[in-house]
Amino acid sequence: MKTPVYFDNHATTQMDPRVLKAMLPYFTEHFGNAASRNHSFGWEAEKAVDKARKQIADLIGATPKEIIFTSGATESNNLAIKGVAEMYGEKGNHIITAATEHKAVLDTCKKLEKEGFRVTYLPLKEDGLLDLDLLRQAITDKTILVTIMYANNEIGVIQPIAEIGKICHERGVLFHTDGVQAVGKVPVNVIKDNIDMMSITGHKIYGPKGVGALYVRRKGPRVQLTAQMDGGGHERGMRSGTMNTPGIVGLGEACAICQQDMAEESKRLSHLRDKLKSKLESELDEVFINGSMEHRLPHNLNMSFAYVEGESLLMGINDIAVSSGSACTSATLEPSYVLKALGVGDDLAHTSIRFGLGRFNTEEEVDYVADRMISVVRKLRDLSPLYEMAKEGIDLSKVQWAAE
Amino acid sequence: MAYSDKVLDHYNNPRNVGSMDRNDPNVGTGMVGAPECGDVMKLQLKVNETSGIIEDAKFKTFGCGSAIASSSLATEWLKGKSVDEALLIKNTAIVNELSLPPVKIHCSVLAEDAIKAAISDYKSKQTTRKPVAEAVAH
Repeated sequence: MKTPVYFDNHATTQMDPRVLKAMLPYFTEHFGNAASRNHSFGWEAEKAVDKARKQIADLIGATPKEIIFTSGATESNNLAIKGVAEMYGEKGNHIITAATEHKAVLDTCKKLEKEGFRVTYLPLKEDGLLDLDLLRQAITDKTILVTIMYANNEIGVIQPIAEIGKICHERGVLFHTDGVQAVGKVPVNVIKDNIDMMSITGHKIYGPKGVGALYVRRKGPRVQLTAQMDGGGHERGMRSGTMNTPGIVGLGEACAICQQDMAEESKRLSHLRDKLKSKLESELDEVFINGSMEHRLPHNLNMSFAYVEGESLLMGINDIAVSSGSACTSATLEPSYVLKALGVGDDLAHTSIRFGLGRFNTEEEVDYVADRMISVVRKLRDLSPLYEMAKEGIDLSKVQWAAE
Repeated sequence: MAYSDKVLDHYNNPRNVGSMDRNDPNVGTGMVGAPECGDVMKLQLKVNETSGIIEDAKFKTFGCGSAIASSSLATEWLKGKSVDEALLIKNTAIVNELSLPPVKIHCSVLAEDAIKAAISDYKSKQTTRKPVAEAVAH
């Protein structure tokens, strides 16, 4: 087994060698511009782009014409939300989203608020799931868009997407979902799930960085978007710019591999995840799972190790790549806003670790990570005045803390 | 973030971890920070009754590596000092010794606060028991 061990597959994934192999000829031999209509270089590139479009469409139950290529999910989210806001702004000025969305959605919504749109940020239940009644109540005749992520990047909780989409369609509201963490990992079908727009990115599914897609429904309803960049009118006029042929080929191949391997891969990863979880739970007291275990990505585990601060934990397992909800590890010095939205107290948010398993992780690595975690948590608890107090039976919530 | 060698050393081999009897009249206990802020330091010192010198110091810290290192270092520095000398330990000295980056300066501040809190606890215990102590001495 090689160290460091990579358990941060929600941040990004290692590219599958099969994906790289498919991409390589499109950097050198087949370098043509897919928009060049009058020679074989262009045709070759166009053929490759069309194949990728179909591979992506097949994975999510769409048609190839409904796939718009972008530079990644941040751009896809921006295009979907701002594109709808601009196109349908006369119909209404209200957008609904959730407090646990990715910043690419939240900050886009905040920008629109400055431009006069009204945005509702729905709270979540303790298990990380959306309360559908709250969504129903939030929709008004001014609502033009609901944007709710398929699965969360920190806690892996999968939303009841089909039901959310159904509610939107009943009320004549467009539904966008950030599908970055779910596509390729769990079955996603834009028709069954009543999705009108969905953001996808290559690098979370063992494909390349810098390429993504936006699914845009063509009928029932036909979704129109105002382009956010002006140029040559590529991608049905929604996204100008020369096609990133190697990246697109890689995204397509990554989708095809996911489709082929999903059933087996998700079974394997959920087994490994469950093993990690049960090892940690059997060896350590006072550990807590954040978010629903039932409605969850097979490769995600998010756990709080009470009385042990997250950054010091990461320092102790410096040959293992994971992330923490601790304030000290983020640029903002605030603990995870996702955990906060679930009602997890700041004290426990500071002690949380996200494990993201992936295609290239092995059972040996799971055993190693579990053992390292257990020994570091024990060591730090020996150092922790909070653990000592808790063991003495002191209720920490009743202590008067002399904060700085 | 890269940690300095000294922070790593204190994190990997923390000095003087532990707890002393907080009811011992010669022990001063300081507890600063809050779990919601991600840092809690407990620092204890024991003063020799005859010499007035800090003969032992212990800590326990919930916090990042820099917070652990700051309190570990503080216990090292406390030992052998008189109470008045200990009050002169400044957070900036901790920052320099551990090469703490700006975002971790609060860890050193917390360590200085913990020292002050422990000494003030010790002093308040001494004031209340003084008459008894004098009676015993004569």
